[in-house]
Amino acid sequence: MYRYLDEHRKGCLVKPGDTIELSITPDRYLTVRYAGASGDFNPIHIDDEYAKQVGLPGRILHGLWMMAQVARAHTDAAGGPDKLKSLSLQFRGMGVLEQELTVKGVVREVNGGTAIVDSEAEQGGRVLIRNAEAEVAAR
Amino acid sequence: MSIIAERVGKTYPPIRYAIGREKVREYASAVGEINRIHFDVDAARAAGYPDVVAPPMFAVVYQMPAVMTAMLDPDIGVDYARMVHGAQTFRWEDVAVAGDEMETIATVRDITQRDGMGFYIFETVTKNQRRETVCTGIWTSIVRGVS
Repeated sequence: MYRYLDEHRKGCLVKPGDTIELSITPDRYLTVRYAGASGDFNPIHIDDEYAKQVGLPGRILHGLWMMAQVARAHTDAAGGPDKLKSLSLQFRGMGVLEQELTVKGVVREVNGGTAIVDSEAEQGGRVLIRNAEAEVAAR
Repeated sequence: MSIIAERVGKTYPPIRYAIGREKVREYASAVGEINRIHFDVDAARAAGYPDVVAPPMFAVVYQMPAVMTAMLDPDIGVDYARMVHGAQTFRWEDVAVAGDEMETIATVRDITQRDGMGFYIFETVTKNQRRETVCTGIWTSIVRGVS
């Protein structure tokens, strides 16, 4: 099995101001495995030469893999995949391999049993995902 | 390339996707999941599910073929080489598990142009074999250099 480096996650979702956090470092072959797993074989994610030809610094992370990390920060904190009701976000930057990506979120409000969580994802100080808003079953 | 706003509302035939146990495991591994209910049938059953549970973002796997049909429709005219993924929304009504037979319908929701960029919004709605809506996706694609 492949292993991620520095796997780190925490958080809870009970009241406004509660925070969640997840960090993960995509290894060198992550985009190849994710391409196979997801079916997205766009060469900008798996071929360094192609990526450079189209003006990128090199292979970049799949945006939807980054979104999956945002989703996971919520499902881990909430206690399971059934707790995440919606997730909406904007892609702002290109993610790279072998550099830690961190998702941080904060509960904005809790209505009934549902927490509204605002979050962002960044890598080396660059924002990759912003304005993420999730509805999560609070616990 | 011109913007073809009259195509808003166009819908596509349903596309089926059968969720396989090994595909769920492969996807869950690729996104770094460690929750056993994504990998271990016994753990999933102990949690009350009939089979391994797809992580929420597995919606990408069963909805992508439907949204690609719309994005690559020559009638819509998305220049794929100049397209970037601008924004994404998913709403989940229920979890998906291995063995589910999904059916996804894609619709062109909006096409607009501003500042030399085209904004294309697609919607994908997935129902399972019980005709229950499982997930709705909203995909915003931005195409540079549109005139």
